[in-house]
Amino acid sequence: MKILVCMSVVPDTTTQIRFKPDMNSLETSGIQWIINPWDELALTRALEIREQPDSGVTQVSVIHIGLKDADPVIQKALAVGADSAYRVNVAAAGAMEVACQLSEVVKKEHFDLVIAGHDSADYNGSAVGEMLAELLDWISFSSICSLAAAKDSITIEREMDTRTETIIAHPPCVITIQKGIAKDPRIPSLRGIMGARSKPLLQLEPIPCAGSAAFVKFENPAQRSKCRMIDPAKPEELVELLRNEANV
Amino acid sequence: MNFELTEEQKMIQQAARDYANRELILDVLERDANSIYPAKHVKALADLGFMGMMVDPKYNGSGMDTISYVLAMEELSKVDSSVSVIVSVNNSLVCYGLEEFGTEEQKEKYLKPLARGEIIGAFLLSEPEAGSDATSQHTLAEDKGDYYLVNGTKNWITNGNSASVYILMAQTHPELKSKGINALIVDRHSPGITLGPHEDKMGMRSSDTHSVMFTDVKVPKENRIGPDGFGFKLAMKTLEGGRLGIASQALGIASGAYERALKYSKERKAFGTEIFHHQSVAFKLAEMYTRIECGRLLCFHAAWLKDNHQPYGVASAMAKYHCAETAMWVTTEAVQIHGGYGYVKEYHVERLMREAKLTQIYEGTSEIQKLIISRDIFSH
Repeated sequence: MKILVCMSVVPDTTTQIRFKPDMNSLETSGIQWIINPWDELALTRALEIREQPDSGVTQVSVIHIGLKDADPVIQKALAVGADSAYRVNVAAAGAMEVACQLSEVVKKEHFDLVIAGHDSADYNGSAVGEMLAELLDWISFSSICSLAAAKDSITIEREMDTRTETIIAHPPCVITIQKGIAKDPRIPSLRGIMGARSKPLLQLEPIPCAGSAAFVKFENPAQRSKCRMIDPAKPEELVELLRNEANV
Repeated sequence: MNFELTEEQKMIQQAARDYANRELILDVLERDANSIYPAKHVKALADLGFMGMMVDPKYNGSGMDTISYVLAMEELSKVDSSVSVIVSVNNSLVCYGLEEFGTEEQKEKYLKPLARGEIIGAFLLSEPEAGSDATSQHTLAEDKGDYYLVNGTKNWITNGNSASVYILMAQTHPELKSKGINALIVDRHSPGITLGPHEDKMGMRSSDTHSVMFTDVKVPKENRIGPDGFGFKLAMKTLEGGRLGIASQALGIASGAYERALKYSKERKAFGTEIFHHQSVAFKLAEMYTRIECGRLLCFHAAWLKDNHQPYGVASAMAKYHCAETAMWVTTEAVQIHGGYGYVKEYHVERLMREAKLTQIYEGTSEIQKLIISRDIFSH
């Protein structure tokens, strides 16, 4: 079984997000780029499965749709253990275009199982995995919290409101994962870091893909009103404020 | 001149940072309070390749450059210098000497497991009456034909109990003074070796520091590193790299305290505003940052010289002197910025302050570093 892990490259989650003055693009100066945390967990679980002798997994690759400046982040995926990486060289305009580019590589390289995080920490679209399955005409499972593999089948679990659903599926399929799939992302070993250089990172040219959505602009959320602390010993102050300031 | 780190160096820095922030931070206060040896962290760092960072991969090392070592030491030391000193000793003081001066047989038998981190080593130079004056070795290694008979006491030995292998400096020809000293590889569990109690230290309390007593310990002749009388030279060459390790550690202590002080100053309000808006705090932070950046450049310069096979002893002495003094100053000011919170353990800066003090003392005091630097100045 060949596994492909989809990988977004996103700003470090502690980054204070700022936009350029025209509000059309992100201010990227000073940003540290990382593997989307959900995708990193997906990769971690894929690698854990590959290391189990009876999993039937022969290859774990990663793919990113984006430009060359993402390569150092992709190298980290290789350093923690991915066998190879693909990067489709296009600044994708939206989820549909990303899914379209992914589908081409999945078909050409004959992957059996595609895993992605349930969303990316930048746009939080939660759309690519399902779109990809649709384009491939594969079954898909979303919000998976447990994954195991045995030769030609996978066993997955989904947390429902009141129960856990267990499913046995036969790839090919696409799954999107959520919390619980793996404990912590791996820290690359020094040998892994040096070995990453000799692993294939293939740059592919994009195919023509029509986007389904057009970007308009970014907008900062309205500033929240400030919190006022009231002395619990003075409830009459709260009543006064509610009546005269909040006009309740 | 290129100040850019390579992508690999950045990844190594991040790996060390991730390990420190995810794992070391979890139990650092408990280990510090109770002097608990960080066995699981030593194993984990060995698995990641940090215990033999600069050793050639053919001897099971990671084959990294010295810049990468400085970066890793800084990141680990931002959180826990008890752990980083174990890394430093194994890398700088044990693996380096074996790789540089050992025989192929010694490398095969000792360096390989040390570089993998399967076992760790200790470096035994200091004695009750030989600290800064390292030539005054009283521990004797009598030449008995096919072995040395060792008697004496070594002090302040990091990894004294946890090490499996000792690199021991002992005097074979007292009449030759420093030229009579030999460096011997000693199995820690050899008959005749006893340990003093775990030293109850001010800082770095989680690393194990002991006195080591030798009573009629037999060391095979083939365990001598280098020719007869080479020990002091080996020790001095080894300490050049050791100083750089401790300089990087001090740099990490300083930058760890600075980062905590900066964060606190942006959260803590006094007189109606966050305290970093007050000039007295802002200027402290500016000075901390500047001194730390100077230290980082000194460390990188010494590392660059070492990687390019140029003399780096004075450069590493300057790095160690500056970084140790900076660590002491920065941590003291970080406690001051934190006020009362800085004086309690939860905020970490008091621990960093205790750790900083040792960097002014071990692997050459600040005074010894100034001696090395001044002698070099006067020699030109």
